[in-house]
Amino acid sequence: MLALELLAIDPGLGGIAIRARAGPVRDRLMAHIDPTARRLHPAISDEALFGGLDLSATLEAQQLIMQRGLLADPGPLILGMAERAGPALAARLALTLDRAVGHTLIALDEGAEPDERLNPKLAERLAFGVDLSDVTIHDTDRLPPLGPKTPLALVQYDPQMIDQIVTVASHLGIDSLRAPVFALRAARALAARSDRKMIIDDDLEMACALTLAHRATRLPEPAPAAPEAPPPDPTDQASQDSLDLPQELLLDAVRALLPDNLLDRLTAAKARQGRGSGTGAARKGNRRGRPLPSRAGRLNDGARIDLIATLRAAAPWQTIRRRSSASDGLQIRPADIRIKRFEEKSDRLLIFTVDASGSSAVTRLAEAKGAIELLLAQAYARRDHVALVSFRGTTSELLLPPTRSLVQTKRRLAALPGGGGTPLAAGMMTAFEQANQAGRRGLTPTLIILTDGRANIALDGNADRKQAATDAQQVARRVRAHHCDALVIDTGNRPEPALRNLAQTLDAAYLPLPRADAHRLSQSVAASLGD
Amino acid sequence: MTPFPFSAIVGQDEMKQAMILTAIDGSIGGVLVFGDRGTGKSTAVRALAALLPPIKAIKGCPVNSEKAALVPDWAGLTTKRGHTRPTPVVDLPLGATEDRVTGALDIEKALTKGEKAFQPGLLAQANRGYLYIDEVNLLEDHIVDLLLDVAQSGENVVEREGLSIRHPARFVLVGSGNPEEGELRPQLLDRFGLSVEVTSPKDIDTRVEVVKRRDAFENDNAAFMLRWQAEDAAIRDRILTARKTLGKLKTPEKTMRDVAELCLALGSDGLRGELTLLKAARAYAAWRNDTALTRAHVRSVAPMALRHRLRRDPLDEAGSGTRVARTVEEILG
Repeated sequence: MLALELLAIDPGLGGIAIRARAGPVRDRLMAHIDPTARRLHPAISDEALFGGLDLSATLEAQQLIMQRGLLADPGPLILGMAERAGPALAARLALTLDRAVGHTLIALDEGAEPDERLNPKLAERLAFGVDLSDVTIHDTDRLPPLGPKTPLALVQYDPQMIDQIVTVASHLGIDSLRAPVFALRAARALAARSDRKMIIDDDLEMACALTLAHRATRLPEPAPAAPEAPPPDPTDQASQDSLDLPQELLLDAVRALLPDNLLDRLTAAKARQGRGSGTGAARKGNRRGRPLPSRAGRLNDGARIDLIATLRAAAPWQTIRRRSSASDGLQIRPADIRIKRFEEKSDRLLIFTVDASGSSAVTRLAEAKGAIELLLAQAYARRDHVALVSFRGTTSELLLPPTRSLVQTKRRLAALPGGGGTPLAAGMMTAFEQANQAGRRGLTPTLIILTDGRANIALDGNADRKQAATDAQQVARRVRAHHCDALVIDTGNRPEPALRNLAQTLDAAYLPLPRADAHRLSQSVAASLGD
Repeated sequence: MTPFPFSAIVGQDEMKQAMILTAIDGSIGGVLVFGDRGTGKSTAVRALAALLPPIKAIKGCPVNSEKAALVPDWAGLTTKRGHTRPTPVVDLPLGATEDRVTGALDIEKALTKGEKAFQPGLLAQANRGYLYIDEVNLLEDHIVDLLLDVAQSGENVVEREGLSIRHPARFVLVGSGNPEEGELRPQLLDRFGLSVEVTSPKDIDTRVEVVKRRDAFENDNAAFMLRWQAEDAAIRDRILTARKTLGKLKTPEKTMRDVAELCLALGSDGLRGELTLLKAARAYAAWRNDTALTRAHVRSVAPMALRHRLRRDPLDEAGSGTRVARTVEEILG
């Protein structure tokens, strides 16, 4: 609520992303929003946003009548179901906010799953982000009404404060420089709100908590830790000598607001967005999927004409055409033809690459199997295809070509024998060949590698530990160069550093199994794949 | 709101240098800026507009023609008076329709008077200036094709309703994007003369400076602009001087050989890379106010001129920038 107020004071803060399902809590919050705010929806058209020719009114009045777009006048905008806004809309809104003419955006993110989120490009440009999932109606209270406000430009601050903000941001692993700029702006607005001419420490603390907490990519720790490091116990005060007192206070303020599920989120965040090359995630088809704006085109086989759009394109020219050709009636030229377009999502193929060597079988092969079965159960609902590759002894084999048959997969999995060496590179090669074939057939492949990572058989089948590791890295690079999504699951008792490296080479998420049972694992996989 | 002053941008020297080089010699081709969010990509491009020297153009000409003889007939201009105007920097928004980009028949005149008239589009506005595409990798394919076509020929052709219009469209493409959100087609990559990769500064002091300046710009605008105006003017004068000396610059045979050898060793496709590298090196020498091109100039601009022209080598984990630097070391020592 405070954030909403600050937005009203300084539109330069961009906006706020509110993550909450529709409900009384959100309603109470929404009651504070300026009632004149204009509402947008994820499928909004450019004409509605930017304005354009109002064709029907124009034809009616015989003179040009333009429609004003929603973005024509500065003011607050509300974007409902923000998690569904596509990259194109996000880009347009981001551009609008960048122009800095006084628009603010209140994005209502109603995502239920950890990976249904507001487009990061847009979130980046909003100063605040709150998650109301765990807030109950009793926690909300009304803010006291405000007294007079000091003009923003008059608010002074101690130059030391910037150092503090920037240090705190870097401790939280925030790379973007927009974040600290927002923090300072928010602090300024807070001071103005209390009619003070000087930013005090409380303002700074509050501002950092509001603007930095939801951007944190790691928990503040003395040493720069890897993002997926296990979170330290929150009661354990990781106080450091390098930080002086005010920064420690700031960090505490932010820490208090850090989401508990930061870890899950980080894994989910690694799920990458659709790529624009090779095996396209979303191809342009003309039969299925979500309608896209129609486009000028030629009528060839399979394309469907968009009659309304065609008529709209032809309408303005009727007067001219009647003059130039002596015939009456509706005149449509080839240039007016508009073709319907749809976005076609391609099915996904999960290629499970399972280590069935002696060392793995002893450890957690059974659990890995369990996790795969759970994933399979969901795969059917998600239209996924599944393939199964296993590697043991000196070679790898394709146990199951891409299929959507659950029964078959389960049977093969149960019969998966164990024992022998770990030819990791060979397994990855087989999986990669499958991925390439699938890609050519229009599926979007994802490799899921389950292993304990102690590769000891090289590509040529020799038992040479060192060569085996090098080979695995080589194959991983090839996979990455083909932009094939991947996920590495460490089934060893202790996380294997070599596997973490392999995951980095693959640009893949890395999930050690010791901290997860079959259920957790299948959830993490689902999150990492970004459904 | 006036854009952030170019000279006040902290760090990001490679990006600034690349933009300055295209301002000295427009024929280098555009700049492609790749980097993460919040690294100042958009800021720099918008700042460039305020920095560029003004151009002379006929007043009211839709394509900013320099001489009265060049003004297209369809513009229906009666005046022949020239005036100076800022170099055009035109934003191409994502999702702009083809009509907006190329221009189309003027709907208003068609509806109300039944007249055929041409309404110029963004390509006309950008003639003799810059065309800026934010998120260039999200651009629709058919718009990309169209841009490639026009950038290749320097001319925009519109045929519609018995109207056939041609007008010059020579512009410098500036694109920014985030490589994680989609690859660029090689044909489009090739159109950009230079490419730079930007990252957030890592040290605290630099970051503090960025936040300080941004805050001063937002809250104490007048004083801040005054403070950097002189710096911007100094860069502008230097660009103008460099444009003059560019013609007098000597290019020794030896340096030409260096350039050719470097491109061969890197296996960059086509001659375009070689030409760009040579032009960029010459512009850099002019910027430095040197009289002859040397190996040092080539070495400085090689990464930005060649980085995006390499074939992908899947077994090489180093980025293409590193590969260029390595090869430069080998060839030029």
